[in-house]
Amino acid sequence: MTSDVAPRTSPLSDLDRRDAAWYWDKLAQVLILVAGLSGIVAVIGIFVFITKEGFGFISESLIPAEFFGSIAWRPTSETRPTYGILALAAGTASVTGLAMLIAVPFSLGAAIYIGEFAEGKTREALKVLVELLAAIPSVVWGFIGMTILNPLIIDVFDVPVGLSVLNAGVILGLMAAPIMTTIAEDALKAVPDGYREAAEAMGATRWQVIFQVVLPAAKKGLVAAVLLGVGRGFGETMAVLMASGHAINLPTSPFDSVRAITATIAAELGETAHGSEHYKALFTLGILLFAVTFVINLTADIVVRGRSRKKR
Amino acid sequence: MGSANTPLATATSLAIMTRDLNLWYGDFQALFDVDLDIKSGIITALIGPSGCGKSTLLRSVNRITERLGYVRTGGSIHVHGKNILDPDVELLQVRRQNGMVFQRPNPLPLSIRDNVTFGYRLHREERGRLARAERDRIVEESLTKVLLWDAVKDKLDQPAIELSLEEQQKLCIARLLPMRPQLLLMDEPCSALDPQATSAIEELIWDLRGEYTVVLVTHNMAQARRASDECIFMLMGRVIEHSDTGRMFVTPTHTETADYIEGRYG
Repeated sequence: MTSDVAPRTSPLSDLDRRDAAWYWDKLAQVLILVAGLSGIVAVIGIFVFITKEGFGFISESLIPAEFFGSIAWRPTSETRPTYGILALAAGTASVTGLAMLIAVPFSLGAAIYIGEFAEGKTREALKVLVELLAAIPSVVWGFIGMTILNPLIIDVFDVPVGLSVLNAGVILGLMAAPIMTTIAEDALKAVPDGYREAAEAMGATRWQVIFQVVLPAAKKGLVAAVLLGVGRGFGETMAVLMASGHAINLPTSPFDSVRAITATIAAELGETAHGSEHYKALFTLGILLFAVTFVINLTADIVVRGRSRKKR
Repeated sequence: MGSANTPLATATSLAIMTRDLNLWYGDFQALFDVDLDIKSGIITALIGPSGCGKSTLLRSVNRITERLGYVRTGGSIHVHGKNILDPDVELLQVRRQNGMVFQRPNPLPLSIRDNVTFGYRLHREERGRLARAERDRIVEESLTKVLLWDAVKDKLDQPAIELSLEEQQKLCIARLLPMRPQLLLMDEPCSALDPQATSAIEELIWDLRGEYTVVLVTHNMAQARRASDECIFMLMGRVIEHSDTGRMFVTPTHTETADYIEGRYG
């Protein structure tokens, strides 16, 4: 019997053994580190690139009073090109604002329904549909704005042009709503069920549970959802370019055509000479967009973390 | 089964009277023909191994079981003479009158003060804001009753989640009191607490005895023995034995009870 048993290796000789799993683990660590760093490198790279391209304009030709105070965006003027972004900023702000007016109530309502009321298959189906809605390419949304919403607005409101703040706002609202719904629903789901149970056991109705317990508890997540929606609307380009009318204009009513900052970059960059003043000015708009979305995302981040840190 | 025709006079003097109570979670039957008479003003402990249905029984008296859409309940649960499963009974009133305390302290994500007044605000008749004087009176009364007032009176605006677990559980009892419940249903209220906190909560439950009828689910034999007047032993969804706590722990009449109490299973 004993002869069949292989002689035991000394335990000490085995202590420094590294098997395949050890090497795979090391390899995976390195790969994940690289993947993680690549995100940071990409963001910094983009920032450096647009800053480099736009910096020449800021230091040489930018006149702050004209840049921020004038509505005249005439980069191709033969006699005297002017670079005023007031109308463009107003276009972006009005479209984003209207989009949020539409998207916030719809997406919060949808999130509350999916998170708190829908059950089983309805819930799963709705979640899949909402995510599908988020995956529609923006050019398709722009197409819908041009071919469906445009004649509809002309008909219903009896206005000459249907490509306007209203059109772009509705389209952008529909585009931003699915993402906001998904994030808001996650925030509602993160509210411990014990809160709902406690309130219901005291005889609270579903509405009382939602309004007095769940929504306040999910507040920071909901604010983050709204801010990310704002960021999304702010940076959206193609749909806004197609649906807004793309006319430089300070809007006074929802039926005015406007032009957005993003759409300006998209429409003009291909037609500028590399390194020209116009080219650099467009990159300056890019820096502006980058800065604003950065601030919005940072605010969302601070809202989410700041409060939870205080609680611990 | 003849006990279903118990005269009403007896029925009203009982806090809880169940007859032929059966409960299903979907296809799974959790309670079988439970007939119980729980007396008013005392502490009754529900004991038994995990999954025996003691929590389900307790929760069915608050009807919080019905949160799960697939739960079916048959039979009757009379609370002070009124069957709370009758169709004319308002679910929200049942829940107000039969207050629940849960296993894990679950204060709402509100301030301490708002936790105490939450249930009261839900159910008061008049609309509009709660007058400050009334609110302060309710908060002080309830918190004093659960021996928490001195510890928290200077921080009523702080979130309740910042309290210790013991204080949270006391708060969870305190928030039921302004609703004037008939019953306090406690589902293992000390299982998340350390021994000192457990004994503090037990003392509190003992203090509430008499003014309130307390039904206490517990896993802890010693707790059932020291903190209850009567004891109900359940097994596999059925009531095996219901007697005086002292008698059950000294001379149980069923072998299953004796085996469980002595720790042979469970």
